[in-house]
Amino acid sequence: MANASYLRTEDAPLLPPPVSDTGIAGWMRRHVLSTMNDFSSPGAGIRSVLMGLLTLLLLYYGLSALWGIIDFAFIKAVWSDPEGLKRGVCTTAEQGGVATGEVGACWPYVQAKVKLFIYGRYPESELWRPNLIFALLAAGLGWIIIDKAPGRRFIALLMLSVFPLAALILLTGGHAGLSRTGMVIMAVSGVVLTLAGHLGLRGVLGEILLAFGGGVRLLGLLFLIIAAVMFFMSIDYGLEKVPTDFWGGLLVTLVVALTGIVASLPLGIVLALGRRSSLPLFRVLSITFIEFWRGVPLISVLFMSSVMLPLFLPEGTDFDKLLRALIGVALFSSAYMAENIRGGLQAIPKGQYEGASALGLSYNQSMRMIILPQALKIVIPGIVNTFISLFKDTTLVLIIGLFDLLGMVQSSFTDPSWATPVTSATGYLVCAVTFWVFCFSMSRYSVHLEKKLHTGHKR
Amino acid sequence: MSEMNVSDEAVIRIRNMQKWYGQFHVLRDINLDVSKGERIVVCGPSGSGKSTMIRCINRLEEHQQGTIEVDGIELTNDLKNIDTIRREIGMVFQHFNLFPHLTVLENCTLAPIWVRKMAKKEAEEIAMNYLNRVKIPNQAGKYPGQLSGGQQQRVAIARALCMAPKVMLFDEPTSALDPEMIKEVLDVMIELAQEGMTMICVTHEMGFAREVANRVIFMDAGQIIEENEPESFFNHPQSERTQLFLSQILGH
Repeated sequence: MANASYLRTEDAPLLPPPVSDTGIAGWMRRHVLSTMNDFSSPGAGIRSVLMGLLTLLLLYYGLSALWGIIDFAFIKAVWSDPEGLKRGVCTTAEQGGVATGEVGACWPYVQAKVKLFIYGRYPESELWRPNLIFALLAAGLGWIIIDKAPGRRFIALLMLSVFPLAALILLTGGHAGLSRTGMVIMAVSGVVLTLAGHLGLRGVLGEILLAFGGGVRLLGLLFLIIAAVMFFMSIDYGLEKVPTDFWGGLLVTLVVALTGIVASLPLGIVLALGRRSSLPLFRVLSITFIEFWRGVPLISVLFMSSVMLPLFLPEGTDFDKLLRALIGVALFSSAYMAENIRGGLQAIPKGQYEGASALGLSYNQSMRMIILPQALKIVIPGIVNTFISLFKDTTLVLIIGLFDLLGMVQSSFTDPSWATPVTSATGYLVCAVTFWVFCFSMSRYSVHLEKKLHTGHKR
Repeated sequence: MSEMNVSDEAVIRIRNMQKWYGQFHVLRDINLDVSKGERIVVCGPSGSGKSTMIRCINRLEEHQQGTIEVDGIELTNDLKNIDTIRREIGMVFQHFNLFPHLTVLENCTLAPIWVRKMAKKEAEEIAMNYLNRVKIPNQAGKYPGQLSGGQQQRVAIARALCMAPKVMLFDEPTSALDPEMIKEVLDVMIELAQEGMTMICVTHEMGFAREVANRVIFMDAGQIIEENEPESFFNHPQSERTQLFLSQILGH
């Protein structure tokens, strides 16, 4: 019989982990070789050998694909066109050109078309305007992304208020012929609604406005913003007007994607809260909106906005095509965003709502400071997922005659002076790399954000 | 100490309160007066409606019939009254319900700043004062997820106290804690009781009830079955159900 009594007199020593578990060798053993070095039985041996062969095969195909790209993009590529031969520089002798051997990417073609890819047919003399906007955008985003930069909130506020207005005026040129009456109606109703909401929240105007004061005030502010935008848009800044028909390329891609991204998040939050509201009116409206937009393909939304919407509007109303596409994309993505955010809201334990109300926080306060910060953090992957797919879906505007980056690249293939066998491959490569850079940056930033907001808790 | 600081002024007055969950009658004819400075322990088997009852007092649950008055204000659907009452009632939950995305200090200052409209500096001073009282001032900069259960519950108590409430409700504050952490939370609660805070505690800590309660209430099947001073309650329980309950929880 074993002795029941035992007493430890000395602590067992603290040892480092065995060498085979650390370093490159340990990593290889655990992650790569562990499936291939088991020869304990004939079956296991065969499996290990097969695993090894499969690994080699995949390695071979992977590396040769990578090599193919490097070979095409760099080694066999034509880099310059000093004599201005255009298509000749990227074609071999029998194709009518001067190149020797097999030709890879034709970079002179990209060089010649780069303005088209970025700005579309935006007038050459006015290119400083989109350039300025790009520079402001890059500077603003860079500032916001750097965690330690001072005044990030202020810059973010500027980027969400002044920047879009500046971009709108600079890119279009302002001086739009907007109706004065419309502007005045907007401004007056905005002021009335804002005041009503504000007084309502103080309980001056009775029960209904006490409950819905926040929404009414929000609507009023929205009207005021629209009135302000209309006002600033109607001023003559002495800039040449550039109709949106001349916009194109990356410019259109970014305008559509950024508008969609910036508009879909707040709209999505409102819709998600509405869908969980205890007030039947809000709930039904939100559900109807979400299910309508989710049930319709983006392509048909775009078609509807460009072909059918003009039929419903009073005759003579000129509604910019790009603007229509923007509204369609924004509403479409806000429905998806709403469902993402609702997922986050559902993941928040009931105790958080109770903790907030027990402290006397109002519904708005507890949503803003307790529930939404946590819910949004949970669904960062989903939100970024929607952003990324929205960014890529912008290419669909091609079908309503707007030329985004992909559209411009494709349209450049029809230029006979650059018609070579490698033109389209080069163009698509540029397009793919550009999209990848944008999407991958978003994805990395979301990973960073998740890490930053992680506060060592599960609940 | 049971006579200490108790005045006749009723802070909470519950009359013929009834509550149903669907068809199920969870609270039946509850009548309860709580005087200022009184310390009440509510006990009873699981599912007896003790938590539901105290959650009705700050309207986390709605009652359907009868009246609840807190500090002279009746709880109705009036949102303004509900907010006013919640400001005056502090609540401590079984699962702490701290806000995990805010630091301990921010957890404590949030409501004073946004509900009481206190200046941030003042709120932080008060919060540090209460964190000192619950003996964790050095954790102020940490997030709740980095603290032990006992520490989190003490933060939750400090957070409720920062609003300077007239009444504190405790909903099984020690039930989710490891045994070695229960004492540190109970110590804080005992100290609070000695300072004259009006408290209603749902708890199974009978040692605590004996030490600080003016009154022990036993609930079963949604009704108040018996209430008495702790001495008589534990030594001479009147009803059979109370006797059975006490024998079960004090049995070993």
